[in-house]
Amino acid sequence: MSKNNEEYLIKRNNIEYEVIIGLEVHAQVLSKSKLFSTSPTKFGSEPNTQVSLVDAAFPGMLPVINEFCIKQAIKTGIGLNAKINNRSIFDRKNYFYADLPQGYQISQYKNPIVGEGSVTLDMPDGEKKIGIERLHLEQDAGKSIHDIDPKNTLVDLNRSGVALMEIVSKPDLRSLDEVNAYIKKLRSIMRYLGTCDGNMQEGSLRADVNVSVRKKGASELGTRCEIKNVNSIKFMQMAINYEANRQVDILEDGGSIDQETRLFDTKKNETRSMRTKEDAHDYRYFPDPDLLPLELNDEYIDDIKKDIPELPDEKKKRFIEKFKLSPYEANILVSDIETSKYFEEVSKKSDVKLATNWITGELFALLNDKSIEITESPISSENLAKLINLIKDGTISGKIAKTVFEIMANKEKDPVKIVEERGLKQQSDPKELEMIIDKVISDNPKNVEAYKSGKDKLFGFFVGQVMKQSSGKANPQLVNEILKKKLN
Amino acid sequence: MSEITNFKLCDLVDKIKKKELSSKEITEAFINRSKQSTKLNSYISDNFDDAINSAEEFDSKPDLNKKIPGIPIAVKDLFCTKNLRTTAGSKILENFIPTYESTVTQNILNNGGIIIGKLNCDEFAMGSSNETSYYGNVQNPISENLVPGGSSGGSASALAAKLTPATIGTDTGGSIRQPASFTGTVGLKPTYGSCSRYGIVAFASSLDQAGPMTHDVKDCALLLEVMSSYDDKDSTSVDFVRGNYLKDLTDNIKGKKIGIPKEYRVDGMPKEIEKLWEKGIKIIKDNGGDVINISLPNTKYALPAYYIVAPAEASSNLARYDGVKYGFRSKGENLIDMYEKTRSEGFGDEVKRRIMIGTYVLSSGYYDAYYLKAQKVRRLIKNDFDEAYTKVDAILTPSTPSSAFKIGEKLNDPVSMYLNDIFTVPINLAGLPAISIPAGHDKKGFPLGLQIIGKAFDEQNILNIAYSIEKNIEYINNIDDWWIK
Repeated sequence: MSKNNEEYLIKRNNIEYEVIIGLEVHAQVLSKSKLFSTSPTKFGSEPNTQVSLVDAAFPGMLPVINEFCIKQAIKTGIGLNAKINNRSIFDRKNYFYADLPQGYQISQYKNPIVGEGSVTLDMPDGEKKIGIERLHLEQDAGKSIHDIDPKNTLVDLNRSGVALMEIVSKPDLRSLDEVNAYIKKLRSIMRYLGTCDGNMQEGSLRADVNVSVRKKGASELGTRCEIKNVNSIKFMQMAINYEANRQVDILEDGGSIDQETRLFDTKKNETRSMRTKEDAHDYRYFPDPDLLPLELNDEYIDDIKKDIPELPDEKKKRFIEKFKLSPYEANILVSDIETSKYFEEVSKKSDVKLATNWITGELFALLNDKSIEITESPISSENLAKLINLIKDGTISGKIAKTVFEIMANKEKDPVKIVEERGLKQQSDPKELEMIIDKVISDNPKNVEAYKSGKDKLFGFFVGQVMKQSSGKANPQLVNEILKKKLN
Repeated sequence: MSEITNFKLCDLVDKIKKKELSSKEITEAFINRSKQSTKLNSYISDNFDDAINSAEEFDSKPDLNKKIPGIPIAVKDLFCTKNLRTTAGSKILENFIPTYESTVTQNILNNGGIIIGKLNCDEFAMGSSNETSYYGNVQNPISENLVPGGSSGGSASALAAKLTPATIGTDTGGSIRQPASFTGTVGLKPTYGSCSRYGIVAFASSLDQAGPMTHDVKDCALLLEVMSSYDDKDSTSVDFVRGNYLKDLTDNIKGKKIGIPKEYRVDGMPKEIEKLWEKGIKIIKDNGGDVINISLPNTKYALPAYYIVAPAEASSNLARYDGVKYGFRSKGENLIDMYEKTRSEGFGDEVKRRIMIGTYVLSSGYYDAYYLKAQKVRRLIKNDFDEAYTKVDAILTPSTPSSAFKIGEKLNDPVSMYLNDIFTVPINLAGLPAISIPAGHDKKGFPLGLQIIGKAFDEQNILNIAYSIEKNIEYINNIDDWWIK
C-alpha cells in the first residue's frame, strides 16, 4: 500500500488550505418490504410494479411502520457504537415533486432513532475515529425519467417508500483516502449486520458530501457547500477535489464562499450550483400525525444487541490474537464479511498461515481476474482447505499446488482427486531421489567442478535439473538436503 | 310504502329479523324517497342500482345474525368506497373511483349494511354549512334555504329527511355534532382511535374521527358498534375492548356526576340555548345525576389553536392532490405550472384559504409562534379535561352557540362561520368522545342540541346519559316534506 494518507492540503501561493469533509450517507435498508407499506423492494423490477396504494399516496391511505426496518436501523446504530434513542419521531418534510406522491417525505428531523456514535478507520498511519452525528430513517422518493419520452417525464414509483437510513458524519474527514476508507468501513459494518447490501451501482448507498476549506491551523470551520447525491466513491473523491479547489480559488481571489447546494456533473468533472441558501426549500417539517412517536424500551434494544454478530473491528482483533496475523493481513480478511467467513472456514480445516497466503494471494488474483465475488468463487472453502492440507503434509509441493489450483478453478473441483488422477504426488522417497540426483551429478561433471570451486549459485542449477527429471514432483526440501550432502 | 322510511334503524333491524320486511322493500323505500328529494341535494353520487341488487342478494340468503342485516345506508362522501365514486366534495376528485374500501364502510358491509349512495359534504370536510362543496349547497329539511350545518351536511340532511335510516359522518372540529344539532338528529364523535381512519379522505389527521348519525340514541349505539374496530392499517387506531353499546344502553344515571363548565356560557348566546341547557341540567337532576359546576379555563384558546393545527395538517394532507397520479389535472407549460393550475382550479376558496393558513403556520420562522404554541395549548386543553374528570363522569354543554342559519348568511364571513364550532372544537383537540342530541327549538322553530362529553373510551357512559335525557326531553322534529311536491 502506498503511503498516501498524508495530510490533504491545497497549496496556493505558499498558503496551505485544509479540506474539511462531512458525509450524509443514504443507505437503503435491507428489507423485503418498504418502510411504511407492505410492497416489495425488489431492485430492477418493471416500472410501477412494486407500488401499493400507500406508496402512491391514494386518498385515505395511511403509513404503518415496518418493524423490521426499525430493527435494522437499531442494529446499524449499534454497529456504529451509537446511542439508540428511546423515543424518536417521524416528521413530514413537505415539498412538491412529481416522484413524491404524498407531497411530503416521511423522515426524522429533530428526534432521530439513533444519536451520536463513531466509526474507526484503519489508515496506513494508524487508526482514526470519525464521529457519527446521527442516523435517521426516511422514505425514498420515486424516480423521474426524463429521457424516454421526448415530451413527457415518466415516473416510476418502485422506489417510493423504500426505507433509507441517513447516516450523518461529523465534519471529521480530512482526505480523499479517509472518505474512501469511511465509506468502505460503513459498507463493511452494514454488510456484517445484514442491514444494507451496500451496492452502490444499484443505488443502495449514496451520499451527500459537505465540503469546506480553511487555512491550515485555523480553528473555525469555513462555509460549507453540499454536493447532492453522489453515487460512487470515485465520484465523491472527484467532486471533493473539484469543490475544494473551487473554494480555495474563490478565497484566494479575495471572495467568500456562499452556502449552497451543488450538483456534481460526472461528465464534466465539476460541481454546479443547484440552489443557494436564499432559495433553499422551506420544508415545513412537522411531526407526522398519522404516526405515533416511536417508543423503544431498553429491553427491546438489549434484545437486538444480543443478536449483533461479531463486527469487523472485533474480528480483526481476534484474528490478530488468535491466528497471529499481521494487522494488515487481518484488515484484508475482515473488511468483507464473505471473505472473513471464507477465511474462517478454510483456516478451521487447514493451516492458518497458508490459508492467509492462499486467500490473499492466489484466490484474490483469481477473483479479480474473473471479476467475481468470493461468494461466486469456483473454489469452495472446503476444497481450498484440502489443497492446503496436501501442501502441508508434503503430498504436493507449493509449485504443484499452483497447477492444481488452476485446474480447480477451471475444471475438476476436488484437489485430492486431481493429484491422484494426474499423478502429481510429490516424490519423497529418498532412495528414488538419490538415484535421480546421482544421475544429474554424473551427467554434469563440469558444473560439479565449478560448484565445488566456489560457484555457489550453481546449486540452483542442480535443483532445477532434478525437478526437471522428476517432472516437478520431487520434494524440494528433500532434494535440497540430499544434493547438499552429495555435493559437499 | 312511505311509512317504511319513518322507521328508525333499530326498528328496521327488528322488522328484518322478524321477516316483516325484506331488505329489498326497505332499500327501495329509501331509494324512492331519495329520488323524490333531489331538491335537498343531499347526494353527490347514488348507488341505487347496485344497492337493489345487493338487497335482492341479501333476501335470497338472509343472514339475520348480522348487526344491520340488509339495511340500506347512505354515507358521507369522504369515505372511500370500492368502485363507487368518492369526491370529498371537491372538483379535484370529481372522477375518482377508489379500488379500495375504507375500514368503516367495510365494517358496515360486513355487518350486513348496503351502501345506497354518497352524501354531500363541505369540500374536504372544511366548512360548517356544506356551502363549500363543489357539488352545491345542501338544503336543511327543517326549512327551505336553511343550511344543514357541516361538514357532514349531506349526511344530516339525508338523515333528517329520512332518505337513509342512519348515516355516518366525520368530525374534525364538530362536523358530526353541529349538523346533527342543526337538523334535530343525534350525532356522536367517538374517542380518537375508536374508528379507523383508513380509507377516509384526510382533512386533519390528528383530529379526524368517523362517527354515527342517527334518529335516536339507541340507533346511535348500534351504529357505533358496527363502525368501531381496531385496525392495524391505521397506526393511531387504539386496541381497546369495544363495548356492546346497544345491549348495555341504560337510562339509569343515578349517582353520575355531570359537570357544567362555566366557560361555555359565552357572550351573546341566545336565551333559548341557555334555557335548553337548564332543561338538560334539570332532567339529569331528576334522573338522579349530580350536577357539578366545573371550569375548563383554557376553552377560549381552543378555537384559535384548532384553526392552526387543523389547517397545518390539511396543508400537508392535501399536497397529494397535485394532478400527477389521479383526479383532476389541468394542462400546464411545465410541472410547476401544471401544479398551480390544477390546484387553483381543483380546489375551492375555503380549501385554498386553509392550505395557505396551514402553510404559513408551518413555515420556518413562524412554526414556534403558531404551530408549536397551538400544540402546547392543545395539551393545556387536554389537561383541563383530565382535571375536570377527576371530579365528574361527563360534561354537559350546548352543541352550538346558535341554531341553523340561512344559506349564504355567513359565507363571506369566515370568522363568524368558524365560531360555530366553538363548543365542539375543544373535544377534538382533546381526542374525547361527545354526542349531540336534539333537545329543543329556538323561537324560529329550528332545532337545538345538547352535547355530552365523555372520558376517553367511555362512549357507553355518554350514550347512557344521552339516552336518559332523550327519554325525558320530548323532542319532536317538525319536518313537513316541503321539498316533495
